Amino acid sequence: MTVATEWNANFLPPSRGEVVVRNVSKSYGPQLFATEVVRDCSFVAPPEKFTVIVGPSGVGKSTLVRLIAGFEMPTQGEILIDGRPVTRPGRDVLVVFQETALFPWMTTEQNILFGPMARGDPPGASKKLADFLLDKVGLRTFRKHYPSQLSGGMQRRVELARALINNPRVMLLDEPFRGLDAMTKRLMLDYYARLSEEQPRSNLFVTTDTDEAIFLADRLLVMSHIPTCVRAEIEVDLPRPRNFSTLFHDNRANAIKMQVLSMLHEEAMKSFIGGQKAASDFLEAYRHRTAAG
Amino acid sequence: MTNAPVAETSGGLTSNGRAGWPSGLGFDRSARRAAVAILMALIFWHLGSTSRQWLGTSLPLIGSVPAPDAVVRAWIHLLSDPGYWQSWLWSTVRVALGFAAATTAGMPFGLALAANARFRSTVFPVFELLRPIPPLAWVPASIIFWPTQELSIAFVIFLGGFYTIVLNVVGGAEAIDTRLIQAARSMGASHWIIFRRLILPGVLPSIGVGMEVAIGITWEVVVAAEMISGGGSGGEASSGGGLGFFIWNSYVGGAYPDIIVGMISIGIAGYLSSAMTRRAVAYLTPWKKRV
Repeated sequence: MTVATEWNANFLPPSRGEVVVRNVSKSYGPQLFATEVVRDCSFVAPPEKFTVIVGPSGVGKSTLVRLIAGFEMPTQGEILIDGRPVTRPGRDVLVVFQETALFPWMTTEQNILFGPMARGDPPGASKKLADFLLDKVGLRTFRKHYPSQLSGGMQRRVELARALINNPRVMLLDEPFRGLDAMTKRLMLDYYARLSEEQPRSNLFVTTDTDEAIFLADRLLVMSHIPTCVRAEIEVDLPRPRNFSTLFHDNRANAIKMQVLSMLHEEAMKSFIGGQKAASDFLEAYRHRTAAG
Repeated sequence: MTNAPVAETSGGLTSNGRAGWPSGLGFDRSARRAAVAILMALIFWHLGSTSRQWLGTSLPLIGSVPAPDAVVRAWIHLLSDPGYWQSWLWSTVRVALGFAAATTAGMPFGLALAANARFRSTVFPVFELLRPIPPLAWVPASIIFWPTQELSIAFVIFLGGFYTIVLNVVGGAEAIDTRLIQAARSMGASHWIIFRRLILPGVLPSIGVGMEVAIGITWEVVVAAEMISGGGSGGEASSGGGLGFFIWNSYVGGAYPDIIVGMISIGIAGYLSSAMTRRAVAYLTPWKKRV
């Protein structure tokens, strides 16, 4: 059985999953003193593609995630999933959070089965799905463990499985591998890239890391400083499957990287002049990077 | 003892072979330390209370305490006295009932405070005004309010546990990561599922901490309440009064060693109920244990 049919035997292929963000603004606080975090932001995350949102920290990317997931409503504009406006959280868009948001009092298996359980799906069928996903994420022997007994990398994989069992149209990942050590992070990137190549699904992935972004992306959205909007859209047409360790031997990949870095640098500069503390870290890192090569 | 060095390298939990200590009795290092500490306290107590004999003059405070051997003799005598065990029973029943009432009322009340902003802003100020009033200050009022002595004691015990449990439930509910709730909502969980599968287990550890503190407080309160109220409805004072009244009665009757027996009994009772609460909470929150 090929990998794709293996998925299809267990899941219906996810339906389209196109995210349209149209003229979205979001402010917090009372009207006169409102802080605008997102300003007039528009973009399209095409169906079954891997879209990566990249930008320096503190520019409101996570706000964008909460809006797309339906946890918060935009002040202006609208967000459509396959043409339907997002009004509340639902299984169409599932979020994999920064750090981990597993339920600490549930075992690996109970965590994965949470969605089906919450919706009252027949336990037999969902158990079969959970078994399939436990194998996929290589955690069958850890099914009875609690999150606190798993390593960081394992926790992220459980979280991926917990989202995937709901067969969402869009996987929305907010810096999902932040806080992992460098080696584990690379393994997780390779792992998730393979997983998403096995079954085409819309992915919207948020990161501050340009290497990570270029490695994963079909389409790259470079964000501006706060109040955030899309500064540039870049098609990343590098062949797949990609290999993280050799990716930047490729000239095209490097060209994209330099382009993205210099845009981010400009945005960070603006934030820096605007007195944003987060930006100074980024500028520092940029200096090191350009000095190194 | 010949294999003591082996035992030491195999994990360090068995005896390290120091002379005089039996190895392999299941005493780990901390239990041994506790035993030594208790022994030292007994020796100190003995020396202090017999200071008139060996020093010529009584040491302040501890010099007027009955000696350990007198206490042990009194205790042995009391072990066959049904009145002593009746006192245990009465106090235990009062603590159990008051604590159960405090927990059953405190949990939903705390959860309601945490869940509903309107309820909170209405009720919490009153709660916070009443909370600093020590339970014992309620004793006279509750004797007036409640029809029976027993109910007034129960009420005071209830107050002792209630505030602690409520505050811990509120704190525990507020500490639950909002992302967990968001994740559950997007996976289609109803309010009931979120409450049942997230909020409840999420506050359980703090409820546990609250219960552990609360049961200690209820023992403090029960003893004082029994002393003040004269021991409740038990008819004959020495049997129905509970441990608090037992101590008071021993004082009034001049049986000083019995006072110490009563005090130690309460220490043991408090320790046992805290340990049992801890066990129960650990059993209910298995994810807190790292393997």
